[in-house]
Amino acid sequence: MKVMKIDETMVEKVAMLSRLELSSSEKEQMTEQLNDILEYADELNELETEDIEPTAHALPIKNVFREDKVGESLARKDALKNAPQKEAGSFKVPQIIETDE
Amino acid sequence: MEIYELTAHQLHEKLKAGEVSAQEIVKGLYQRIEDVEDDVKAYITLTKERALEQAKKVDQQLADGEEIGALAGIPIALKDNMCTEGIKTTCASEILHNFKPPYNATVVEKLEEAETVLLGKTNLDEFAMGSSTENSAFFTTKNPWDLDKVPGGSSGGSAAAVAAGEAVLAIGSDTGGSIRQPASLCGVVGMKPTYGFVSRYGLIAFASSLDQIGPFSKDVSDCALALNYICGHDPRDSTSAEREVPDFTESLVDDASGMKIGVPKELMDEGIEAETREAVKKAIAKFEELGAVCEEVSLPHSEYALSAYYLIAPAEASSNLARYDGVRYGHRSPEGQGLLDMFTKTRSEGFGDEVKRRIMLGTYALSSGYYDDYYLKAQKVRTLIKEDFAKAFAEYDLLLSPTSPFTAFGVGEKTDSDDLLQMYISDLCTVPANLAGIPGISIPCGFDSQGLPIGLQLLGDYFAEEKLIQAAYTFEQNTDFHQQRTEI
Repeated sequence: MKVMKIDETMVEKVAMLSRLELSSSEKEQMTEQLNDILEYADELNELETEDIEPTAHALPIKNVFREDKVGESLARKDALKNAPQKEAGSFKVPQIIETDE
Repeated sequence: MEIYELTAHQLHEKLKAGEVSAQEIVKGLYQRIEDVEDDVKAYITLTKERALEQAKKVDQQLADGEEIGALAGIPIALKDNMCTEGIKTTCASEILHNFKPPYNATVVEKLEEAETVLLGKTNLDEFAMGSSTENSAFFTTKNPWDLDKVPGGSSGGSAAAVAAGEAVLAIGSDTGGSIRQPASLCGVVGMKPTYGFVSRYGLIAFASSLDQIGPFSKDVSDCALALNYICGHDPRDSTSAEREVPDFTESLVDDASGMKIGVPKELMDEGIEAETREAVKKAIAKFEELGAVCEEVSLPHSEYALSAYYLIAPAEASSNLARYDGVRYGHRSPEGQGLLDMFTKTRSEGFGDEVKRRIMLGTYALSSGYYDDYYLKAQKVRTLIKEDFAKAFAEYDLLLSPTSPFTAFGVGEKTDSDDLLQMYISDLCTVPANLAGIPGISIPCGFDSQGLPIGLQLLGDYFAEEKLIQAAYTFEQNTDFHQQRTEI
């Protein structure tokens, strides 16, 4: 039997971290699929990379500064145009803090 | 020839000579769209009224005797992952099905300054994750050469629109091959410039260190023209390259003599379909006949590129796609009980299977305890891949390979959920360039026995776009593959 790299418990944990909800059949399929991909990616371990620097970015860009100048920004009403719910010039979301009511 | 069959440079000549008006061109294109779009399904949104207004302005300038730019009045299509102010920008996802950006992407501003005419927004794999447009939440685009086949992806709508004559030029984005592979499958020219050459501001992020915008066109001349207008530094994109933009049309020179071209043996082995390999071998012979020196070269780590890519891209995606939470824009689940539940339900309802899979894979690869084994390891292999290219470009002007291991495949042929790698393997030849950040172009180089187009990929060193243009142009001038049109 092949060794599972990632089991259903781990898939559940990763789903929680990803803010995704998976049905039990989705969970089963996802576990299989992630295992397939990770197994394939195992070939990377054939390479000795102990002394190799990682590349996060293709171009040698370090830090990019700009002048600290006041520019134009998006008008509040435009920023709110796509809001699923808004109120008093703000985005409205479901209640966060529970009350005793 | 019908208007829709012409290239941008041909239409520009006709506009200047007064043989056709910009409004006639745009109407000609919409007539073509009306005739074939039901079959091809390249567009998610059409912007006809606006396009007619834009064309009218160009006609006014012509009537006033003003000089017009090379792309003024040219109808273009835009992949639906680039923000257009007030025009729906969906990423082919349910989660953004109703999103109308309050601003334009820099590339959109540049195309407006160039006075191109926007015909509409094209279909893609959801969030550009895929190689066939079958991951679009809305519908699958069809290949105009054979409607039972996919157009490739993720910029399949843009490629199909140009191939079918539903746009003169189109803009796409390429994270692992998403411009070059569909260009290859649809028999058009597609270019991914050097990372950072075109601003990503307003391009909805998939994998930020790999994403790059580029053009689709019917020939290399149009590709050069498009690059002239879309490249350039943008202070709003901190990864944008500070680099002068040359006039790429000056590289439209029919001369390959003395060019040193390397052919990576790893991209010509049995993983490549025989007919594709044959067509590429003929292209090599053609380059040699034209005076280029072609030699076999090795990119020893390229066989690991796909693995590295399928860890790095999902890792970056999982972070980029965290923003879709139903708070500020897009879909919000009405079912959520409290904030966290709303986030989770919104995302679970809004994202398709492939996007969920990549978010999960990326989250796992970045998570504590697995980061070193997967994400860091992949980044180190990325360094090795980059070094392979550096060695190759120390000796060669360009590298040459197939663009795709196979020609257009059937709709549904590679969507088996038990064998995802079938689809992922489409990116075999294109992914290394994204990991290294170098430019690449795909041009037509033949047809297989089913009459499906075969694409040739040329890769260059950083900012060697001019060399790529010259080599591609030379090949094109001495072949007629680019003049073939679909029968649709």
